[in-house]
Amino acid sequence: MSETLFDLKNVRKYFTRGAEEIHVFDGLNLEIEKGDFVAIMGPSGSGKTTLLNMLGGVDQPTDGEISFSGDRIDNLSEGALANWRATNIGFIFQFYNLMPMLSAARNVELPLLLTNLSAKQRKENVATALELVDLADRTTHKPREMSGGQQQRVAIARAIVSDPKMLLCDEPTGDLDRETADEILSMLQLLNRDFGKTIVMVTHDPLAAKYAKRILHLDKGNFISEEVD
Amino acid sequence: MGDLYLVFKNLTRKKMRLALTLFATFIAFMIFGTISAFQSALDSGVELSADDRLITVNKINFTQPLPIAYYNRVRTVDGIVEVTHLNWFGGYYQDPKNFLPMMAVNENTFLKVYNELVLTDEEEAAWKGNRQGLIVGENAARQYGWKKGDRIPINSNIFSQKDGTTSWDFTIEAVYTGEQEQTDTSGLYFHYKYFNETQSFGGNYIGWMGVRTADPARNGEVIKAIDDMFVNSPFETETVPEKAFNQAFLAQIGNLGLILSSVIFAAFFIILVIVGNSMILAIRERTSEIAVLKTIGFKSGRIFAMVLSESIFLALMGGGLGLLASFGLIELFNGSGVAQLPTLVLKPHIIMQSLMFMLLLGGITGIFPAITAQRLNIISALSRH
Repeated sequence: MSETLFDLKNVRKYFTRGAEEIHVFDGLNLEIEKGDFVAIMGPSGSGKTTLLNMLGGVDQPTDGEISFSGDRIDNLSEGALANWRATNIGFIFQFYNLMPMLSAARNVELPLLLTNLSAKQRKENVATALELVDLADRTTHKPREMSGGQQQRVAIARAIVSDPKMLLCDEPTGDLDRETADEILSMLQLLNRDFGKTIVMVTHDPLAAKYAKRILHLDKGNFISEEVD
Repeated sequence: MGDLYLVFKNLTRKKMRLALTLFATFIAFMIFGTISAFQSALDSGVELSADDRLITVNKINFTQPLPIAYYNRVRTVDGIVEVTHLNWFGGYYQDPKNFLPMMAVNENTFLKVYNELVLTDEEEAAWKGNRQGLIVGENAARQYGWKKGDRIPINSNIFSQKDGTTSWDFTIEAVYTGEQEQTDTSGLYFHYKYFNETQSFGGNYIGWMGVRTADPARNGEVIKAIDDMFVNSPFETETVPEKAFNQAFLAQIGNLGLILSSVIFAAFFIILVIVGNSMILAIRERTSEIAVLKTIGFKSGRIFAMVLSESIFLALMGGGLGLLASFGLIELFNGSGVAQLPTLVLKPHIIMQSLMFMLLLGGITGIFPAITAQRLNIISALSRH
């Protein structure tokens, strides 16, 4: 029987811009099962990134419930959410967002600083993660010494190094050429298929979305269609 | 890798900016250390003043003389252990630029009143036994390369001998040291008799008296007894504790403390602006990186501590180097043999004060960037990127 990892019930999200109140979501419902690979597509302003931020616990709904593995996360404090993110979520950004002054290995090690692992264990985990993304020979390289694809692979290694259940990807191939994008997407697919990582990916790119098991089309805060692989 | 490693990497990521900021802090603390040591040396004249020592001067002002007869009369006052008298000689060596703090003193009582000058019993006896004997402080001896046994001519820019010359011959009988590190050892002392018998005018007068009392608690009583003794005479006296006399003397130069504090304050204010601006810029450039750290799960408090410690490390590094340089400067200064200037010492309280200022500087310049980083909103920071 499949296990629900994320459960969004009647989620509302409002922003105020000056005197105007903008309703991004007005009663959104969504379930994401463990092991799923979901691509969320939609035009700009449809709420994709806001949804991803709420799933990642960096933003909270105005109203409604968000549960993760049965536990509510929408009412957690900032500190508790930080702990929750460190344990359960790996983030992959469009522009990689690596620390420019740190080597690839040090960048990957960052999430492990939030754990109780020893330096030796951290080093081993970093080596494993970098090997998995095929960058074992680039450990000492700084981001500026690597191509965009390599930097994104370092970012993936950083996202998976603490073995989170969930990977949230915000346009992970938006800054890459087609060939490199395919490499990155194949890697995400591998992480989903062989390592059981649940992935939610926001993308504008229909070719990228095809790597997912499920494609959700979002428009004006509502899911208007769903494609299942 | 730990948080400290991240702090270090952030600190050193822009080498030129780091170097310039460090240099500014370095200069500020070098100035602070050196000026504080200078101020401390000036204050030491007051601090090291003996509580049981009084100074009796002419009531008009201390440049006016007193009759030599006063010396024996003061010795009869109850509560006094010893009295000595001193005359300012206005001495210089070879060139008037080589000014010497030189006094003609009562050789029998001088070292009993001013017992912070250290010389052996044999040296003391040799000095007392030689009418032309001179004792020289080690600071002055170092400056002019003098040693015990040297015969030296010293000129006066005030007095002349009966034969019209202004040069007196002396034999150095001892090079004295100070009881404490900051005891003034720039002075030269010779026999009053030699001075009095050879000078062409103003004989049988003394400049002032140094009085050692039996107990500091009796100072008030002794002061009153001395000054009452000469009231309504042509040479009325004013007796004050040595500490008060030295303080008043320093005050005549001007409020040095205020001048020095103003220099230090100006230096720190400039550094505060430079380092503060540098830290604000550094954090602004790193907005998205801080947002990423927060997204990964770094808590706001931890980010706050990392940014604050970065500015504190910066202040400690620059300040520490500056303090080290001021130590070197002080050693150079002390070794330069400028006898008129006091021995400079980087005392523990100056080091502690410097450390406190470094922490304060780091804290003040880091607190606003740290709060900014702590409050940074992940979503708006990443969307800006």
